[in-house]
Amino acid sequence: MDIILITGFSLSYADGTEGLKNITLGIPANQITVMLGPAGGGKSTLMRAINRLNDLADVISMTGSIIVDGLDVNDPKTNLVELRRKVGMVFARPVPLPLSIRQNITYGLEVAGITDKNRLEAVVEQTLKDAVLWDEVKDRLDSPGVALSGGQQQRLCLARTLALDPRVILLDEPTSGLDPISTAKIEDSLQLLKKRYTIVLAPHSVQQASRTADFAAFFLQGELIETARGKDLFTMPKDKRTQDYVEGRFG
Amino acid sequence: MSSGRTNSETKRITQQVGFGLLGFIATLTVLPIIVVVGYMIQKGAPAISWEFISGFPADGMRAGGILPAILGTLYLTLGTAVFSVPLGIGAAIYLAEYAPENGWTRAIRVAITNLAGIPSVVYGLFGLGIFVLFLKLGTSILAASLTLSIMTLPVIISTSEEALRAVPNSFRVVSTSLGATRWQTVRRIILPQSLPGIITGVILGLERAAGETAPILFTGAAFFLPNLPGSPLDATMALPYHLFVISTQVPGMPVQIQYGTALVLLSFVLVMNIIASVIRSRARARRLW
Ligand SMILES: Nc1ncnc2c1ncn2[C@@H]1O[C@H](COP(=O)(O)OP(=O)(O)OP(=O)(O)O)[C@@H](O)[C@H]1O
Ligand SMILES: [Mg+2]
Repeated sequence: MDIILITGFSLSYADGTEGLKNITLGIPANQITVMLGPAGGGKSTLMRAINRLNDLADVISMTGSIIVDGLDVNDPKTNLVELRRKVGMVFARPVPLPLSIRQNITYGLEVAGITDKNRLEAVVEQTLKDAVLWDEVKDRLDSPGVALSGGQQQRLCLARTLALDPRVILLDEPTSGLDPISTAKIEDSLQLLKKRYTIVLAPHSVQQASRTADFAAFFLQGELIETARGKDLFTMPKDKRTQDYVEGRFG
Repeated sequence: MSSGRTNSETKRITQQVGFGLLGFIATLTVLPIIVVVGYMIQKGAPAISWEFISGFPADGMRAGGILPAILGTLYLTLGTAVFSVPLGIGAAIYLAEYAPENGWTRAIRVAITNLAGIPSVVYGLFGLGIFVLFLKLGTSILAASLTLSIMTLPVIISTSEEALRAVPNSFRVVSTSLGATRWQTVRRIILPQSLPGIITGVILGLERAAGETAPILFTGAAFFLPNLPGSPLDATMALPYHLFVISTQVPGMPVQIQYGTALVLLSFVLVMNIIASVIRSRARARRLW
């Protein structure tokens, strides 16, 4: 079952760049969908289109449609706050908010009006465990989020996204700045999390893509070149350009 | 080899001479400040006493204290803060966080920059026309505070906007992605992070208001009043205007009282300045980005 339906979607930036060209793509629920491709392919642009974070960038035109769990993303009547709670996002560079570890996690719930102390405490513990960070920080929940190492910060960012209990989690090269051990920890937690969430990942390497993909989509210069179930995109790519990329001949 | 060493030797000496020269110039620029402050303390300190601070002027202002002028400046500064702080910070938040980058916004910014350059006496005339006469507030603390507020606004707006813009954009993106509205992002993240910069701007603006004579000259300052002002609609004495009066308008004025008054005004402004620097350096030490 596809939880996200993207149909004939195109997007242009104010400087004239065509970020996405006529993308049609269904993203299956409770699986890890990997979006890969060389720099400038449009992976980040598409992710930011799904939760309307592009509203903060210089986008001049969008056509086509994106439906997330029945919600028409670009409908002017859509409640963006609700959409962003449904679609969480983890960015390439971990950015803890200038708050404590605990407050970083409760932030999304607090702005949603949830103030029940016991509930917030429970969420803090549960999400930190889900993000494999609890044991490392349980004794210093009130110290600032930035005091953590890069790898810990990224897991904090994942935990904070989980706190909103979204339907979909977008991860845009979440391990690009991390060491192999932190990377493995994040990949491990994704395997557990896909039981409860739909995961969309822009991997930082073809290796990571093939390790994690249940479904894969290859992007090149704003176009969707091909998609495939499981590891098929890596073992038997249909398009010459996909093959060149997964075999490391450009990118 | 040896020519290389000579070369680096020469470079080192040139650099030292350069640094020395720059240090000398830097000293030259602070020298006048030190001299002014030192001179004021030397000339004014003997006049400072409890009676001088807490008493009323006597003998045609040639003796006694300057309490009404001190309180008046305090009232005017607070009055100015009441209007200019919420308005200035509000405008800065609008410009930094909400306004679209278009011609209209640019025009607003140009206007603000130009307002900052208008001579203070022009603000005084404007205040006389609008607040004193048109709005019939009379020469009063209220009219003078409003006039000073308009003069102070550009400073508060531009420094606050700068402080808001200095907060990394990634915080806005992350906060938005977590479902915060724009206002929630501003209130919970951007404002707390930029508050030290904003407070510094506010104090710098108010400090200027506290020291100005021209804007209050026609709008609220009184030559001499036997009583303290009883309401915002009364006129008031004020330190800068009082200093002007006793320096130019009163024959046979003891020099000591003039310098004493100047020293009090200077301390008032200096204390505000010190508070601003303390806030700034404290915040810098605590900053998380
Ligand atoms: N804010 C922006 N303003 C203008 N152009 C942009 C903006 N963001 C991205 N682009 C352009 O849109 C195109 C797609 O960029 P995007 O960041 O989505 O690619 P990507 O696949 O995520 O690349 P990478 O692998 O480098 O992260 C590029 O040509 C890029 O230059
Ligand atoms: Mg990207």
